[in-house]
Amino acid sequence: MRTPEKLLRRLLPLLLATLWWTQTLFAHAQHGESASFRTGFQHPVSGFDHVLAMMAVGLWGAQLGAPAIWLLPVAFPMVMAMGGMLGLMGVPLPGTEIGIAASAILLGSAVMLELRPPHVVAAAVVTFFAIFHGYAHGAELPPGQNGLVYSMGFVIATGCLHAIGISVGVIHRWSWGQTLLRTAGGAVAGAGAFFMWRALY
Amino acid sequence: MFRCTRSDAAIAGAIAMAMAMSPARVEAHLNSTGLGPVYDGAVHLLLSPEDLVPAFALALLAGLRGVRHGRSTLFALPAAWLLGGLVGIAAGSGSGTTTTVVSLLVLGTLVASDARLSLTMLTLLAVSLGLVHGFVNGVGMRPFGVGVQALIGLAAALFVLTALVVAFVVQLRQSWSRMAVRVLGSWIAASGLLMLGWVVHARS
Repeated sequence: MRTPEKLLRRLLPLLLATLWWTQTLFAHAQHGESASFRTGFQHPVSGFDHVLAMMAVGLWGAQLGAPAIWLLPVAFPMVMAMGGMLGLMGVPLPGTEIGIAASAILLGSAVMLELRPPHVVAAAVVTFFAIFHGYAHGAELPPGQNGLVYSMGFVIATGCLHAIGISVGVIHRWSWGQTLLRTAGGAVAGAGAFFMWRALY
Repeated sequence: MFRCTRSDAAIAGAIAMAMAMSPARVEAHLNSTGLGPVYDGAVHLLLSPEDLVPAFALALLAGLRGVRHGRSTLFALPAAWLLGGLVGIAAGSGSGTTTTVVSLLVLGTLVASDARLSLTMLTLLAVSLGLVHGFVNGVGMRPFGVGVQALIGLAAALFVLTALVVAFVVQLRQSWSRMAVRVLGSWIAASGLLMLGWVVHARS
């Protein structure tokens, strides 16, 4: 029997590929909206620091296992959006770039050292840094876009980055995979150190 | 098995000849006519994320709660939407931006937290959502004169959408698939938060 879960498993890669391949559709008069979705979707994946930190969230979630594997991707977008809202409102948040770089260092280190704090602490760490990531994107939003469609593209792209991190993190069940994940965590932390150096100097 | 006799062929040939001799203007491509008010209403829902996403979120919530909640939402939401639309057409004026923000925030958060709402609460939520969004739709449709027929099309599309989403979600049994639905809810709430930022940004 074909269960909805099986259908989801088959459709998910296709859906992700389609989202990744977004093109502007001019089939109807409201073509600005599809442009807004594309702009919103591309915004999170255009910054390497954001991409690394988001994937590290997924990797760490995969290392921690249930319920963190789901708790972090549920909590992160909401808190990140709160940061984006602050950015849009023009509320000052000093040291945004430093916060983003620190997130890559800490999350990368957590993956590298395979840290296992209580789930509440892990969620608190991740959501704290989510504010900086959201704020940076909120402050940089381009004018003239459809707010809702842009926001949806933005949030979905971030969720896809988490999903990629979680999917890659599945290799944690094998010993060679654990080593590979730790190495990847080290690479993220190293890149975070570079971003920190660039933010400070 | 159907067998065509010579007289059947003659009759069919005569009808075809008569039709060919009296051509009428074909409106097949709808460039000049549009889709018609009923289909315009149905398409409006599918092309308006500010209405589509909250309705989708409510269907997710109802699906997570089970069959009884799903059935209630299936009828309450389109009916309330239609009623709200009729009121909006008759007497309305207003903007839908705040409505969209509140709907996304409330429904997204409820889905993300897998809120265990009672049947009465969920039905009340469906009726409230339908009345408010329908009202805004009715106000928007009033100047175009598409009115009641468009609302019927919209309510029909809403019925189909709710039925499909609820039927899909209600069957999900494995924890990861239900959690995927909750992740969708968090995305919807996050979009609502960003939308709130946009609204404040535009007003400042």
